[in-house]
Amino acid sequence: MLSAPDAPPIVSADRAGPVATTRWFASRIWTFCVLEFQKLSHDRTELLTRAIQPVLWLLIFGMTFSQFRVIPSGSVPYLDFIAPGILAQSTLFVSVFYGIQVIWERDAGILAKLMVTPTPRSAVVAGKSFAASIRAFVQAVVVVAVALLLGVTFQLAPWRLLGVVVVVMLGAAFFAALSMALAGLVLKRERIMGIGQAITMPLFFGSNALYPIEFMPVWVQWLGRINPLTYEVNALRFLLLGTPTNLVLDIGVLVVAVIVGVTCASLVMPRLVR
Amino acid sequence: MTPAVECRSLTKSFGDLTAVDSVDLEIRPGEILGLLGPNGAGKTTTIRILTTLLPADAGSAAVFGFEVATHPITVRRLIGYVPQQLSADGSLSGRENVALFARLFDVPRRHRGRRTDEALESMGLTAAADRLVSTYSGGMIRRLELAQALISQPRLLILDEPTIGLDPVARQGVWERITELRDTTGMTVLITTHYMDEANDVCDRVALMHHGRISALGSPGELRAGVGQHATLDDVFRLHHGETIEQQGGGLRDVVSTRRTAHRLG
Repeated sequence: MLSAPDAPPIVSADRAGPVATTRWFASRIWTFCVLEFQKLSHDRTELLTRAIQPVLWLLIFGMTFSQFRVIPSGSVPYLDFIAPGILAQSTLFVSVFYGIQVIWERDAGILAKLMVTPTPRSAVVAGKSFAASIRAFVQAVVVVAVALLLGVTFQLAPWRLLGVVVVVMLGAAFFAALSMALAGLVLKRERIMGIGQAITMPLFFGSNALYPIEFMPVWVQWLGRINPLTYEVNALRFLLLGTPTNLVLDIGVLVVAVIVGVTCASLVMPRLVR
Repeated sequence: MTPAVECRSLTKSFGDLTAVDSVDLEIRPGEILGLLGPNGAGKTTTIRILTTLLPADAGSAAVFGFEVATHPITVRRLIGYVPQQLSADGSLSGRENVALFARLFDVPRRHRGRRTDEALESMGLTAAADRLVSTYSGGMIRRLELAQALISQPRLLILDEPTIGLDPVARQGVWERITELRDTTGMTVLITTHYMDEANDVCDRVALMHHGRISALGSPGELRAGVGQHATLDDVFRLHHGETIEQQGGGLRDVVSTRRTAHRLG
């Protein structure tokens, strides 16, 4: 039988110091990642179906444009050039509709229950953002494997692969937080669909995933430079192909983007459960 | 003794509608208090304020002495909450659903397995623990949600329409678990319902709520005795408001929405 309620936690838990807060965030991120792994282990086909789209980008778009040689990709073959771009794109696509799942969880009462756990809301949001990045990570494994099969020459030193995992997870966490922030603003599943589709196109084509930024019209270059996806692609290209970049800047931009995204999402997400 | 819940002039409006209108309410530690009223009476809004989901416009609400507005995390630590919808995650097993809340309530790792097992066992779900929740019946999901809410050993259990959309046998099962829990753990229970007969059987005290106000508060026996010898709680409600809860026409919408949830999960 169940034991009696805990000895009184009749002390306030609302004034947590920086150490306790950090532990909270780490614990919640871990918890939601475990949850995502459990869900994936029950539904493995999901992973494969989600990997189809990026693989088709590599196969159809990548292999076709390799023939044209119209896009200058420097010293690397075009397929090699876009493979990290497609990898980054898959993190965008897997996360940008995450808000729909959050709205579904709101309708099912699950979100309200998560919000009534003794955790700062921002830790719940951060946890859910990184849960989305678990899916992106598994998808990234498939994309890298397929790219290698297609003859792309990646540099595969362990530290580089570890870097890829970090960059993919940061990118996916940012886009998931962005999607949750939008969900908190628009509150409706249908609108999230529309907005998600509307922002996916400029985020993807307004980045250096498929062509170098220098070849865009000036105003699109401006979009490319404020686009976190560009920095994700730069970092992935450096790690997998060895093309030069400022890795500290790239990862710094992604970390700041995640922090800003999680902060914005935590401010508006409570609107979903009111 | 500090009241389990203390609301003072609690008020919340949505546009022109005053959903909760200057409510004063005190819940004693260890009692089962039923908040009764038709759909739109302000029950769920009151619960959303108490669970820190919704800020009040005016007045105050405290759980075991902690103001919900200023100590939300402490308040959330003290309560277990089961919302109106069937809110377990169908893509996880029952055990995973409960273990998730053990983690979210910081149950120490060494106790997590045992406490999860105990919570599942106390709700009669041991045999089904490793099945996906999408295969559960509505009554099983409700009991699983109780197990989720109990894993943190809350001092106050808040249940929003716990039997809505369930068949009579499942309803009976849910009420039995709730009373058994209170008897063995001494926790305080706040439920909302519009089933007068169930409230009559289970609650130590009931508060009748209508148009955002509490019109009567007392044990079911006291309230009925105030009306007449063979009066029911429905008669009490009719005396205060001139109509029965059923005539309010609420309820059905809730049932439909909960059924839809059940359908989606199954």
